[in-house]
Amino acid sequence: MGLLKTFKLGGIHPPEEKRSKDQAIEVLPIPKVAYIPFSQHLGAPAKVIVNRGDLVKTGQLIAKQEGFISANIHSSVSGKVKKIDNVIDASGYRRPVVVIDVEGDEWVDGIIRTDEIKKEVMLSQKEIIDKINENGVVGLGGATFPSYVKLMVPDGKKAEVLIINGVECEPYLTSDHRLMLEKGEEILVGTKILMMALGVKRAMIGIENNKPDAIEHLTKLAANFKGIEVHALKVKYPQGAEKQLIKALTGREVPSAKLPIEVGAVVNNAGTAFAVYEAVQKNKPLFERVVTLTGKSVKKPSNFKVRIGTPISDLIEAAGGLPDDTGKIIGGGPMMGKSLSSVDVPVVKGTSGILIMPDAEAGRKEVQNCIRCSRCVTVCPMGLEPYLIEKTVIVEDFERTENERVMDCIECGSCQYTCPANRPLLDYLRLGKNKVGFIMRTRSKR
Amino acid sequence: MELLKISGSPHIHTDNSVKKLMYGVIYAMIPAILVSVYFFGLDAVRVMLISVVACLMIEYLVEKYLIKGNGSITDGSAVITGILLAFNVPSNLPWHIIVIGAIVAIGIAKMSFGGLGKNLFNPALVGRVFLLISFPVQMTSWPVPKPMFAASLTDAITGPTPLGALKEELKKQGATVQKIMEDGISFIQDGEKVVYHIPSTIDQVMGNMGGSLGEVSAIALLIGAAYMLIRKIITWEIPLAYLGTVVVFAGVLWMANPEQFVNPLFHLVTGGLMLGAFFMATDMVSSPMSSKGQLVFGVGLGVLTVLIRVFGAYPEGVSFAILIMNAFVPLIDRGFKPVRFGEVVKIKG
Repeated sequence: MGLLKTFKLGGIHPPEEKRSKDQAIEVLPIPKVAYIPFSQHLGAPAKVIVNRGDLVKTGQLIAKQEGFISANIHSSVSGKVKKIDNVIDASGYRRPVVVIDVEGDEWVDGIIRTDEIKKEVMLSQKEIIDKINENGVVGLGGATFPSYVKLMVPDGKKAEVLIINGVECEPYLTSDHRLMLEKGEEILVGTKILMMALGVKRAMIGIENNKPDAIEHLTKLAANFKGIEVHALKVKYPQGAEKQLIKALTGREVPSAKLPIEVGAVVNNAGTAFAVYEAVQKNKPLFERVVTLTGKSVKKPSNFKVRIGTPISDLIEAAGGLPDDTGKIIGGGPMMGKSLSSVDVPVVKGTSGILIMPDAEAGRKEVQNCIRCSRCVTVCPMGLEPYLIEKTVIVEDFERTENERVMDCIECGSCQYTCPANRPLLDYLRLGKNKVGFIMRTRSKR
Repeated sequence: MELLKISGSPHIHTDNSVKKLMYGVIYAMIPAILVSVYFFGLDAVRVMLISVVACLMIEYLVEKYLIKGNGSITDGSAVITGILLAFNVPSNLPWHIIVIGAIVAIGIAKMSFGGLGKNLFNPALVGRVFLLISFPVQMTSWPVPKPMFAASLTDAITGPTPLGALKEELKKQGATVQKIMEDGISFIQDGEKVVYHIPSTIDQVMGNMGGSLGEVSAIALLIGAAYMLIRKIITWEIPLAYLGTVVVFAGVLWMANPEQFVNPLFHLVTGGLMLGAFFMATDMVSSPMSSKGQLVFGVGLGVLTVLIRVFGAYPEGVSFAILIMNAFVPLIDRGFKPVRFGEVVKIKG
């Protein structure tokens, strides 16, 4: 094996902590009450089409997409709509949800419930895209961008290669890893479907070298699929970031403020490829996903197949209960995840994992003066100068903040992770992005 | 149940800290400390102790009574300044002069800017240059090194540094580098004629020559530098650019006229170059941020050092070169930005 591919600029090596990597995916029991948010995707919230008292079936459409960048929401359970209410979600805000009292588990007609792998795809490009859209598939890597939008290549641009993101560079998380091991063939069929939708002949699956079993498994299976290559990548965070992964696999750099299609690439997560398979081949809407429940004090770190809308307290119970030393609960991984304010937060399409951190590690350390060690500059995968942007934000010189290209920041957190003076660099970068974004929108309105 | 903690990501943090970095630098200075004690005996211990204690005291007092900060004294940075200041003075320096140096270094060059991280100039060097200008005699009477287990137990005698002796002698009519190296330099000390021989290259590398406490042994400094590079406390850019420029610049002069200009190896291992290149030019606070900027900084240091050594009034130019380049750091930071993601593509297309 030669030198493994990776991206060039910056990057860090946080401890991997993949505690649940050998735990096979377990099906979590259906919750008693499901809380299904209207907005589980990037873009406009979906419009609710059910009323209090309605009976719904598993897989039934309950909220319809509103506008181009939006996604359908389906019921993940069967039962009676109790109410439309506001509950606290991962963002910490109260957001509208459909609350469903679960009764049995009756699925809508048309969903193929067998595990038999269906390889042949007899659909046109448009039919595939429509099916993906109808079934509410969004990017499962975390950004939850509606998948069908990505598949509609804008005029004048040409897709050349499909990239499947199996990197899972966030420490602790193993849901994609397990899915690649257990549903490898399905993922490859999903990849084939995505290639057909895009009209590309080539797909590259990128997997970091800390998952040798997944690399081996998929490489073996991919031999039967034309045009699909599996690439082992050197472990480095944030390799799962879209631009960094494209760079690692193709050597191409997506220009500032541009989309991957600019360099002919479309990136989809391995989990998304599986959801696409289920949507297209099994007519199954996206209403369940694999979630890693892990943490240093968690009794039984696990990977669960969970219905959307299940409160995370159900997952915690199934993994041995909330540890006594819990200090923080994170939706997602430790680098980019959001800290949750309650265990009642429901699992949504974008929930890749729940990380429970002991109190001793949950706090931040005392902030000291910047000693200009330049580590934040060295590790920034976008080539920014976080220390400088922090300064411009502190003095509120947002013009300078913009000129220092704060909008290029992908919020990977490498700068803050690596800062020996414990400075909250990403907090300031986010504030800067927020302010500059506002200024830019105001300017374009004028 | 207790409340959950809420914060923005990232939720994990490196186990590195300012304190660890600073103590790393201190560990890296241990070989040079040992060599200085070996050659200059208890005098070296005396100078280092006074310097470190004075630096700590002054930081403590300023912090407590003037800026009312929250005790940065344990972070190790004042200890580094103390050791570096001691490294940059002769071993027979009277205690009150050392204390004055510490007041200037910590009080003026560091704390008046706002403490660690805020100072524009390297504190130890500001202290050192202040002393050099204020006490030129005491600061340039160099005790001859006296290896600890050597037989001679005479009172400490003083002699020149190789760089200083060579520079003085070259000013004389008809003097060439070769003649000085072979015949030595004769001068009158206490009514007696003394001949000073330029130390051999081996002595220069090991540190058996006149000079400031910590600068004499290139080998000890290199061991410390290797440790810092391996632990990633410093990066290679500044030292490499600095030393490389000195070798190239001095080499060009030497090839043009070997009678008047000494070879680049001599420049490398004498004077404070090794100490400066690895321990003072690399000071994070007062050096540039981007890798390109660090290379530019190093080249500037090399050019200035050779210019001062060869054509300037002082035999040694490392301290001045670093302080002058420190002043250019904000400008370098503005002019030399890191390579940005997507930048290359943008230019092409």
